[in-house]
Amino acid sequence: MVKNKKGVPRLLSYAINTLLFVVFLVILNSLINSGIFSSYYVKILMLIAINIILAVSLNLATGFLGQLPLGHAGFMAVGAYSSAIFMKATTLPNIAAFPIGLILGGIVAAIFGFIIGIPALRLRGDYLAIITLGFGEIIRVVLLNIDSVLGFNFTYGASSLKNIPKTTTVTNAFICVFIVFYIIHTTIKSKHGRAVLSIRENEIAAESCGVNTTYYKTMAFVMSAFFAGVAGSLYAGYVGILNPSGFAFMKSIEILVMVVLGGMGSLIGSAISATVLTVLPELLRSFSEYRMVAYSLLLIVVMIFKPSGLMGTYDFSLSRIIGKSGDKISSLLGGRKEGER
Amino acid sequence: MRDVNKAIIPERDKDKTPAIECIGLGIDFGGLTAVDNFNFTLGRTEIAGLIGPNGAGKTTVFNLLTKVYQPTRGQMLLLGKDTKNMTITQANKAGIARTFQNIRLFKDLSVMDNVLIGLHNEIRYSLAEAVLRLPSYWRAEKVARERALDLLSIFDMADMAEKQAGSLPYGAQRRLEIVRALATNPTLLLLDEPAAGMNPSETGELMENIRKIRDMFQISILLIEHDMNLVMGICEGIAVLNYGRIIAKGTPDEIKSDPNVIEAYLGKKGNSNA
Amino acid sequence: MSVFSTIVSQIFNGLQSGSVYALVALGYSMVYGIIMLLNFAHGDIIMVGAYIVWVLMSLLTLPPVIGTVAAVVGCTLLGIIIEKVAYAPLRKSPRLSLLITAIGVSFFLENIAQLVMGAGSKPMPTIIKGTNIEIGDAHISFVAIVTIIVSVITMLLLTLLVQKTKMGKAMRAVSEDMDSAKLMGININRTISFTFAVGSALAGIAAVLYSCAYPQASPTMGSMLGLKAFVAAVLGGIGSIPGAMIGGFAIGLLEAFVSAAGLSVWKDGVVFTILIIVLIVKPTGIMGRTMSEKV
Repeated sequence: MVKNKKGVPRLLSYAINTLLFVVFLVILNSLINSGIFSSYYVKILMLIAINIILAVSLNLATGFLGQLPLGHAGFMAVGAYSSAIFMKATTLPNIAAFPIGLILGGIVAAIFGFIIGIPALRLRGDYLAIITLGFGEIIRVVLLNIDSVLGFNFTYGASSLKNIPKTTTVTNAFICVFIVFYIIHTTIKSKHGRAVLSIRENEIAAESCGVNTTYYKTMAFVMSAFFAGVAGSLYAGYVGILNPSGFAFMKSIEILVMVVLGGMGSLIGSAISATVLTVLPELLRSFSEYRMVAYSLLLIVVMIFKPSGLMGTYDFSLSRIIGKSGDKISSLLGGRKEGER
Repeated sequence: MRDVNKAIIPERDKDKTPAIECIGLGIDFGGLTAVDNFNFTLGRTEIAGLIGPNGAGKTTVFNLLTKVYQPTRGQMLLLGKDTKNMTITQANKAGIARTFQNIRLFKDLSVMDNVLIGLHNEIRYSLAEAVLRLPSYWRAEKVARERALDLLSIFDMADMAEKQAGSLPYGAQRRLEIVRALATNPTLLLLDEPAAGMNPSETGELMENIRKIRDMFQISILLIEHDMNLVMGICEGIAVLNYGRIIAKGTPDEIKSDPNVIEAYLGKKGNSNA
Repeated sequence: MSVFSTIVSQIFNGLQSGSVYALVALGYSMVYGIIMLLNFAHGDIIMVGAYIVWVLMSLLTLPPVIGTVAAVVGCTLLGIIIEKVAYAPLRKSPRLSLLITAIGVSFFLENIAQLVMGAGSKPMPTIIKGTNIEIGDAHISFVAIVTIIVSVITMLLLTLLVQKTKMGKAMRAVSEDMDSAKLMGININRTISFTFAVGSALAGIAAVLYSCAYPQASPTMGSMLGLKAFVAAVLGGIGSIPGAMIGGFAIGLLEAFVSAAGLSVWKDGVVFTILIIVLIVKPTGIMGRTMSEKV
């Protein structure tokens, strides 16, 4: 068995992480079932899970790939609407329909990501930002007006898509979080992930090392869009009613703030800041009109004074904490040191 | 079928396809000719130097060879294969690796990761295999890491594997770039000012290592360098570039006594090691 | 109205909004040329300019001349301040950090405006008065003529500034190669500040002209206007003054005709589709030159 430096067997560390996640779910569920967590808390918990997936998926494109998509809400919208329309139409039992809806939402978003990514990613510079921003706006316009073109009710435009089955629960939302985390983590810690990182670090050097940069840019970007679509599907099953206005540019910026604050390139940072930025506005409702001002200031201040975000590129692993508690962690790209000797 | 006239050392590797062959290569930037009529052949396992005053077009030649720029005219054969319309990535896969004048490491990544990215095309497993952490993933990663450590140990850098690349001293960064380039398994290695910023003892070591690399990997090496001790010390052939054209080709001794070179370049007073 | 007069009046509508796009596009183009930053806040500077006009003319009932001058001066100062406070500290940072900061600034301006001025839109006073011109049975508004003339003159002056003056030479040098320019003794900070000042002054002029065409000021008015102007800059070729002009007019005309065809809800979609097509077919734009990274 392959061991890491500190001697915690690799597969065991995966097992420990999984086990701790299961324990976390069980505790969460018993708190909900026993009524300690009111339905208000449950709603916030679901929102936290959705925002974590959004932030982590954007981080893949921003923190790891080094691009700046500004239409993340657009991908979320595409995922939300496709899964919602499917869920309303399907006669399958929820247990089967739910995962299909999730994956469908992800795939439709990924297809859009692919179509947008191909022209934008071929070019260096900020074109991806502007194209994705444009895409987000186009999606919103299309969702609002498509019914008049089609001649029948499809997205219900401004009058909202209603009565979507509320299939999202705390448990399945957090299982999704876990899976997304796992997939992004294992991708990053592989030759494919290193290729993505090399593009962020130095594109010309990456090409000179034989890395097919167009392929890997597209891969990371499409993956990011896919997970945004999944988050959108969860969101549709959480609110039960969709309106295009919920997926405006503001939403994309909100997700970006989560990523920037948590640290570009740190998955756990994204999760923490997504949690904080979901809970904080709830606590500070009376200051809600200052929220967006605060967000914009946060973006500027973090970039000027601590561009690495709160967690830098540090990624935390439960098994490592167990494996070398108290050990000083000097981490590069996160984490688990993979040099085995 | 080797054009003897273009070779720096005609008698070398006569029977083999040259590592690289340039025929009338040239590039213009907005009407300005940067490199013109570049005829050049490099034999297998040859160490050659490309020298010339600042702005002579040396790095432009490297950028042409590695496909950062597409030539305006002329042809370039890599192991006998035409490289027309190749991308940088394809050129690397076809066997050209390089270092950069202004070091381009993956600074925020570890030394190990830098070399592993060099080994990218050597490591073979799919994304699905990586995500599912199948045995093929573990195996390939293990082999790659061992290979990376082997390569690093050429420059005695194996113990730095976990350090952040950007935190290394300047000389070590230059060496790491060479290791990373070697990891891509090239047939031709281009070194852009490998000794820049090194002290004489480091340069001496570097010379040894360049020779060692050639002998170990049996590859051709072309280097741009301003340090004449290094160039004259290890290059078997030298081409001198001035104003984008080759003005002289030959062995170090021939170059030293070539009147064109002396006039264009070495003759400058107070610039004896330029 | 005949088809001819519809076409004539749509052409002038298009040229009018195109002039505004062109002025704004220049600001993007200049800043992008010099520090490779897509200055998201540029559109919002126009919004601030429009509010300055509103405050001075509607609230304080001052004459249009004062409103106009104050808007241009205010925008110029705002541009300089934004550069000094938010962008200058990041000169050595990765481009991504700079871009995120620009988004932050843009977002900040919009939200502050919303806090101070309220989310609703304010009706703008009449700034330019004059008799409309009739060509056949087509009405061409006086404002449209003034807008087009002002922007053409502005652009000619800008060309002279960039081509003939010492500061213009410095701007071109810095955008070519910042490090070499520094070695040649050019004051980088001053040159960048000056570029922002000029770009923002153009935004101030654009604010006044835009307010004449669409007499409303709202906190988010600048963001879509800015984005379209950026598309115009890309279409014409980033870094080129005539390119920005051509791009601006092209986008303006396109919008006018899409609206005339009764498809105005799809206007924004069409503009962004154009952007995507340009980037696929000719990423350097109509007049642009290749900007390749130095290796």
